[in-house]
Amino acid sequence: MCLAVPGKIIEVREGDGPVSRVGTVDFQGTRVEVGLSFTPQAGVGDWVLVHAGFALNVLDETEAAETWKYLQEAELVDEIPGELSP
Amino acid sequence: MIQPTRSPLAERICRLAERVGEARIMEVCGTHTVSLFRSGVKSLMPAGVRLISGPGCPVCVTSQGYIDAACEIAGRPDVTVCTYGDMVRVPGATGSLERRRAEGGRIVVVYSARDAVRHAREHPDRQVVFLAVGFETTAPASAAAVMEAHAQGLDNFTLLMGHKLVMPALNAILSAGDVPLDGFLLPGHVSVVIGMEPYRPIVERFGKPCVVAGFEAEQLLAAIAHLLEQIADGRPRLENAYGVAVRPEGNPAARACIAEVFEPADTVWRAMGTIPVSGLALRPPYRRFDALKRFGLAIGPDYDPPGCKCGEVIQGKAVPTDCGLFASRCTPATPIGPCMVSSEGTCAAWYKYGHTNA
Ligand code: SF4
Repeated sequence: MCLAVPGKIIEVREGDGPVSRVGTVDFQGTRVEVGLSFTPQAGVGDWVLVHAGFALNVLDETEAAETWKYLQEAELVDEIPGELSP
Repeated sequence: MIQPTRSPLAERICRLAERVGEARIMEVCGTHTVSLFRSGVKSLMPAGVRLISGPGCPVCVTSQGYIDAACEIAGRPDVTVCTYGDMVRVPGATGSLERRRAEGGRIVVVYSARDAVRHAREHPDRQVVFLAVGFETTAPASAAAVMEAHAQGLDNFTLLMGHKLVMPALNAILSAGDVPLDGFLLPGHVSVVIGMEPYRPIVERFGKPCVVAGFEAEQLLAAIAHLLEQIADGRPRLENAYGVAVRPEGNPAARACIAEVFEPADTVWRAMGTIPVSGLALRPPYRRFDALKRFGLAIGPDYDPPGCKCGEVIQGKAVPTDCGLFASRCTPATPIGPCMVSSEGTCAAWYKYGHTNA
């Protein structure tokens, strides 16, 4: 529950509300809608560290790639966001 | 996996271990517990360096009273419970959420609190209750979910508040002083939110070395080497060995959202009792999102399942093999306590990686 996963922002949608900035984030081919209100500085093409549906930080690409490699080697792929909710 | 014999960091750790003799290091985060096993780092530790799991598995520290309240709510015909997957199999007094589901209860596993809000919006005929558990990593998501539900005027969405804060628990463990500890491997992703400063009392008041660590083998080894250096020098410091993700100031926007919706509150931890201001409660403008209030419930007493030592395991007072049920009656397929249910639980990690005292 405390593991964050890196993904790349491919679309940003600004909203009016305080937490309505959302975007589509690509996790190695899986695209998920992610809250972006805590990373106001992040834009399309940036890598973000996503936790429980919210981006918590911006990462550089090398670090994101390394983290991703580690997640796969460590078989933590079940922590990677998917379509869990019916 | 790393190559033990070739890692210069592992060699450095061995040299430092000779200098310090004994070192007891608590890894606070449940994901670290799993990573230390999985990466092989734990088995690389020289004799004398002991890694002790702390109160960092969110499911494991959740009190039994909370689990029972969640199961009671899930038994109501008009309620859908949305939860992170790890909570579903934790046994309560009258069975788990999984059992409620088998009996016809509606339990939906979600990846984010955002999904719970969406579920509430799409099912206006249901009362949707989100099990808001976890540390500072999941709290921003819960806070944002409440703000979203508030903005949309949803009146069928509530939270069963169970969030925990890391520092008050460490403070309680250090103040109790009954577990000898020489240093802390601090959680990487909690620190992404809270930053470095909240940990300073561990160094200044209790004189214990502190290093924030990432999750990869090399990052963990580097953090352990830093800790051993501090221990060897006798000069405790607060160090960040996960600078790629953790900024000194953390994530102020996430903390502002938490502060808008929640206020610090006393909360009950498994086996540790009520720890002052170690949890979060909804602020007055958002109290209508409190599930306990909506359903007129209270959290009942905390207790460990008979024979289960989870309460001691999460405080570093016992290891899984100290429990008579470990790997006999209690296994991942037939878990008795939360430390065996959760993928981040210490008992589950010990079971999966070979039941040893390593
Ligand atoms: S082995 Fe099972 S019963 Fe024993 S402490 Fe761990 S979870 Fe509890």
